[in-house]
Amino acid sequence: MTTIYNYRQVISKAIGDEMRADPDVVLFGEDVAAAGGAFKTTPGLFEEFGPNRVRDTPISEQAIVGAALGAAMTGLRPVAEIMFADFAGVCFDQIANQVAKYRYMTNGQVRVPLVIRMANGAGSGFGAQHSQSAENWFLNIPGLKIVTPGTVADLYGLLRASIRDDNPVLFFEHKNLFAIKGEIAGLDSEIVPLGVAAIVREGTDITVVANQQMRHRALEAAEILAAEGISLEVIDPRTIVPFDEETILESLRRTSRLMIVQEGPRDGSWGASLVSRVVTDNFELLDAPPVVLSSEETPVPYAGNLEELWLTSVSEIVEAARRQVRY
Amino acid sequence: MTSLNNLAARSLTDGVPADAADLLGRMWQIRHFENEVMSLFSKNLVRGSTHLCQGQEAVSVGVCWDLRRTDFMTCTYRGHGAVIAKGAPLDGSFGEILGRQIGLCGGKGGSMHLTDISVGALGSNAIVGAHLPISVGSALSSQVQGRDDVSVTIFGDGSTNIGAFHESLNLAAVWKLPIVFVIENNQYGEYSPLASTTPIDQLVRRADSYGMPGVLVDGNDVVAVRAVMNDAVGRARLGLGPTLIEAPTYRQVGHSRSDPGAYRPDGELERWLALDPIPRLASAMVTFGVATSDEVAAIEASARTDVLSALDRALASPIPDDGLRLKDVFA
Repeated sequence: MTTIYNYRQVISKAIGDEMRADPDVVLFGEDVAAAGGAFKTTPGLFEEFGPNRVRDTPISEQAIVGAALGAAMTGLRPVAEIMFADFAGVCFDQIANQVAKYRYMTNGQVRVPLVIRMANGAGSGFGAQHSQSAENWFLNIPGLKIVTPGTVADLYGLLRASIRDDNPVLFFEHKNLFAIKGEIAGLDSEIVPLGVAAIVREGTDITVVANQQMRHRALEAAEILAAEGISLEVIDPRTIVPFDEETILESLRRTSRLMIVQEGPRDGSWGASLVSRVVTDNFELLDAPPVVLSSEETPVPYAGNLEELWLTSVSEIVEAARRQVRY
Repeated sequence: MTSLNNLAARSLTDGVPADAADLLGRMWQIRHFENEVMSLFSKNLVRGSTHLCQGQEAVSVGVCWDLRRTDFMTCTYRGHGAVIAKGAPLDGSFGEILGRQIGLCGGKGGSMHLTDISVGALGSNAIVGAHLPISVGSALSSQVQGRDDVSVTIFGDGSTNIGAFHESLNLAAVWKLPIVFVIENNQYGEYSPLASTTPIDQLVRRADSYGMPGVLVDGNDVVAVRAVMNDAVGRARLGLGPTLIEAPTYRQVGHSRSDPGAYRPDGELERWLALDPIPRLASAMVTFGVATSDEVAAIEASARTDVLSALDRALASPIPDDGLRLKDVFA
C-alpha cells in the first residue's frame, strides 16, 4: 500500500525508516530536533528517537560536519544537516580537506559513513547567498559522493541508500521542489542505488540530461516538442558522483545529440564535465555539437523576474532543441 | 617533599611515580625520533615539510600515558610525539614520514598525517584546528553508544584563534561530551609569538566562555601533566563533560624545516632549555632515589637503540606499490 508524500515530508520518512533499521544512525543539525527542521523536513524524529539520537546544534557548521566525521569513523552513521547548501562555504575545510580525504590519507584505516543534507537551488527568492546549486562546488574533490534527487521516490530511495553507504555523501534537497508529490510504500525495495541514472522519458532525437528542477522543465519541453514531432529522451542522472555515464552513452547511440539542462553557471559544472568526457572519449557518437543550457555567469539575483531569467526556462529548452535537430 | 615512588605525586616537586622509568624511556624515544627525522631531512630523505616537537615531550607523554587503546586522540601536524605516545610503533611512524610500505598509512599520509586507528591515534591533522570537531565527533560516538571511552585532542596555542576551536568547545560543553581539550602552548603560532596574536596571556581563561573547567599545568613536567589529565579524563568518563587544559611548553626547534627560528629573543631558548622536560624527570628520579645516574643514562641508551633499530626497519621497507595511489578513495 502506498502513501502520498510531498518531497519535503518524505525526508523524515526516509531518515526515520533508516533510524528504525539501524541504532547507529543519528541526526543532528541546526533546528532539526525540537523544531523539526528549518524547512520542516525532520518533524517527528526527535519525538520518536529522543535526544540521544536526534540533536539540535548551535549555528556551527564546522563543528557539525567535523563531528559527523569523527562520529562516522568511530561507529555511528551520522546524518548531518547544514540547512542551506550555501552554508557549505562555512565548513568547506571540513568537507573538502577532512571528510573527503580521511579514508584515503589513512590508507583505508577508517570508513566514513556519513550524509550531509543541504537545501539546494534557486527559484524561491532567497537571494544570492541562499540559492546556489552547490553540488558543483565539490566536483573537483575526489572522495565525495554527490546526490541530487528530483522526485519524491528518488529522494526517498536515494536518501536511504546514502545513509546505508559506507562513504561520505553530500545530499542536496532542492528547495523549489518541496511541494511536489509522489507515492511510496516505504519498502526496502524502493531504495535507489547510487550511481544509476533514470530514463524518465524515452525518445529518439535528443538525449537531454537534466536534474532536480531542470528535469521537470525538460519534461515540459519534451511534451511541447512532441507535438512538433521532435522526440526528447530525458535522463535524470540522480547522482552526480558516481555518474552513470553508460546510460547516457547508450542513449546517445540512439539519438546522436546531447543536451544538458542544469541549474547554475556552466563553468566548473557537472554538465560541462559530462560534455568534456563525451566529446573527448566518444566524439563519434555525436552528429551535432552538444548543447549546455545553464544559468548566466552571475550570482543568483533576488527579484522574481531576474531570478526566473537566471534559470533556464522551458521555452529556452524548446528553442535550443529545435535548433539542435536542424543542425 | 613527600615519599619516594609517590603514586599520588601531582608534580615533579612532590615525587616521581613508580613507572617513572617508562615515562622517561618514552620521552627519550620521542626526542631521538625527532632528532633522527631532522637528520633524515638533511639527507633529503623526507619530502615536503615536517614539524618537530623537541622540548614538548612531556605534553605528549603526560596526556597519553594513562589513556586506554580505545580512547581516541587527535593532534596537529606537529604530532609525531603524540602519536608515538598513544602507542603507534616507531618503525611505522618513521616509515610514514619516509613514504614507505611499512608506514602507518602505507606512505599515503606523510609526516603531517600520522594515524594509527588500532591504538586510538585517530589522526594528525595538517589544517590548524580542524581536528577539534573530529574529536567532538568521536566523543559523540562514545556518548551515543554508552561507552565510557574518552576523546582527547591536542592542539597548539595558534589553534585557539581559529573558529573550529570555539565551535568545538561550545558544542562539546552543550552536549556534555566525554572529551579533553589540551592546548600545547609552545609560545609560537608558526613564526609569530603568542602576544602578537592573542590579547590574553593565559589561554585557559577561554574555558570560562564555554562553561567548562580550565586547568593550567606546567607542560614541561610530565608528572603534573599526567595528574591533571587523569582528573579531566575521570570527569569525562563519569559523564561530567569536557575540560580545557593549557600546558605551556617550548618548541626547541623552528616551525618547520625552513625555519631557523631567528625571531626568538636572545636568551629565550636558553631559559627554556634549562626547563627541558627530559632532564627534569631524570634528575627528579635521581633526587628521589628511584634511579641512579647510571640507570637513567641506560634508559636513554635503550631508547636510542629502539629508535635506531626502528629507523633501520623503516629504511629497509620498500616504497609503496604504484597501484596504491588508486585505492581507498571510497570504501
